[in-house]
Amino acid sequence: MLLQQITNGLTIGMIYALIALGYTMVYGILKIVNFAHGDIYMIGSFMGLFFLKEMQFPLYAAFIFSAIVTAILGIMIERFAYRPLRNVDRIVPLISALGVSTLLISVAQLIWGSSMHPFPTTFGSKVYSAGDVTISEIQILILILSCVLMIALQLFVKKTKIGTAMRATSMNLTNAALLGINTNRMISLAFAIGSALAAVAGIMVGIYYNAVYPTMGYMAGINAFTAAVLGGIGHIPGAMLGGVLLGLVEALSGAYISSQYKSVISFAILIIMLLIRPSGLLGKKDINKV
Amino acid sequence: MIKLKRKLAFIIIAALLLILPVAIGQWNDFWMHVIIMIGVFSILSMGLNVIIGYAGQFALGHAAFYGIGAYTAALLMIHLELSFWLVLPLSAIITAVFGFLLALPVIRLRGDYLGIVTLGFGEIIRLIFVNWVDVTRGPMGLPGISAPTIFGYTFSGKIEYYYLILILVVITYIVIHKIVHSGIGLNMLTIREDERLAEAIGIRPNKYKIVAFTIGAFFAGIAGAFWATYISYISPDTFRYLDSVNILAMVILGGSGNLAGSILGATILVVTPELLRYVSEYRMLLLGLAIVLMMIFKPKGFWGEKHRKLNFYGKPRKGGGN
Repeated sequence: MLLQQITNGLTIGMIYALIALGYTMVYGILKIVNFAHGDIYMIGSFMGLFFLKEMQFPLYAAFIFSAIVTAILGIMIERFAYRPLRNVDRIVPLISALGVSTLLISVAQLIWGSSMHPFPTTFGSKVYSAGDVTISEIQILILILSCVLMIALQLFVKKTKIGTAMRATSMNLTNAALLGINTNRMISLAFAIGSALAAVAGIMVGIYYNAVYPTMGYMAGINAFTAAVLGGIGHIPGAMLGGVLLGLVEALSGAYISSQYKSVISFAILIIMLLIRPSGLLGKKDINKV
Repeated sequence: MIKLKRKLAFIIIAALLLILPVAIGQWNDFWMHVIIMIGVFSILSMGLNVIIGYAGQFALGHAAFYGIGAYTAALLMIHLELSFWLVLPLSAIITAVFGFLLALPVIRLRGDYLGIVTLGFGEIIRLIFVNWVDVTRGPMGLPGISAPTIFGYTFSGKIEYYYLILILVVITYIVIHKIVHSGIGLNMLTIREDERLAEAIGIRPNKYKIVAFTIGAFFAGIAGAFWATYISYISPDTFRYLDSVNILAMVILGGSGNLAGSILGATILVVTPELLRYVSEYRMLLLGLAIVLMMIFKPKGFWGEKHRKLNFYGKPRKGGGN
């Protein structure tokens, strides 16, 4: 029972971590919370559904194409809804983000309706068991693919030239621009990578729960944001740690305390974390951030 | 001259509002309902305007205060069978206490973090409404909330409720107007513009932020109590995150930092969906688009704030101002 809950918690935690990376990368550079990120994840999931069902693509192609579509979507959102507002009061882009979020949800409802859609794939239903722990194929995929993507991201940010430019941009936008870095391109890149990762997470969740629906981004977005804050927002390994911790807490509290109040617990963690240690578990102390 | 014009406009508006139900109510119950909803949301958005527009604190959980007011009123009226006239101030005060208690820890946060914490608070409240079945009956909601009675006469039609909400909106407007145009309001504006500066000249930001949250919650409690008795059935569905966004959009669209703007915003956002009923599936889409476009092209709203004409002592400022 305990081991089983830990397995399930790790699975969902990895998903949170993948989504949290999008929040963290954007926050790291622009210092805004991209409220629409959860809905980008939702669109990614629907894109996966579209490519699998309507286009009859194989699963890996659905992953790639959905990631490309949402990356473009993320870049466009930044270009049209956030960039014109970059130098105004911080409340303004935030409200604009809420508008984008409402827009994306209603577009999804218009196209696909507000009911739940099952995921048309047979992949992932195979179940392996060891002792009293059972793990499905999709859980294994989630665990492995998430790890691979996160390690790849970390290597990209730390080892490549573009990654260095991105880190410079997130340290100081003006100074990075003075050094000849095209900061707008770095911001677009952060949105693109974050959105692509969200799409991958969206498809995997769609298969895992066998359900896709327009408002799925809301709770997932909140949880992922909690994960980002828990680990230290703006901090990439922090997002992974936060995601895994939150997934574990959620699975264990759902099993041993109360499944109805499961989401209350993640909200409570978020609120307590923001009040006590807003810089997160791994983040540096920075008073101005909050 | 300008003063005379203003007075004239005021009298005309007052007269129109008073005879409105005679003009509409006789033949159309539906539009009376829409107008009453404008009233409810005007109170909500004016209350939120104190928090966002005047104190500059980004709060995203206003529907929770609305819900607390409604549930408090409903429970008091169903279980204790108190009169509505007693329940109305009681639920406003209880909601204000919640606003105060929420504000105590969260005022240290700023901007987006504050928005997220208040959003989380709103969701927790909603989840309590849904899951605390013994008290709230969960998703089934609370039916059978009694109508107000006055001198032995029980409210039965929309017209009585119309006059009640009209009075409540006017009281809300006057009270909030007085508050924001007093020294308290000036201090709030200073905090909104520059918190460090405010602190440097001896204004305690935390105190005024708490005051703003308490005031906002108080009036949300009034709106909630009215809603409970008016609709006689409440369920958690009315107090979702999207409703908070809707109230926020009213404040922003109308113009934050201007009370009349909030009423304008409430009117626009209540009436437009009704007019667009035949394309109701595009309603949320248009709302989202409107918010984004508004932020890009007119971040101060349709009817943004005017600059203050009077200084702290109530005397005209040198140079007149706008």
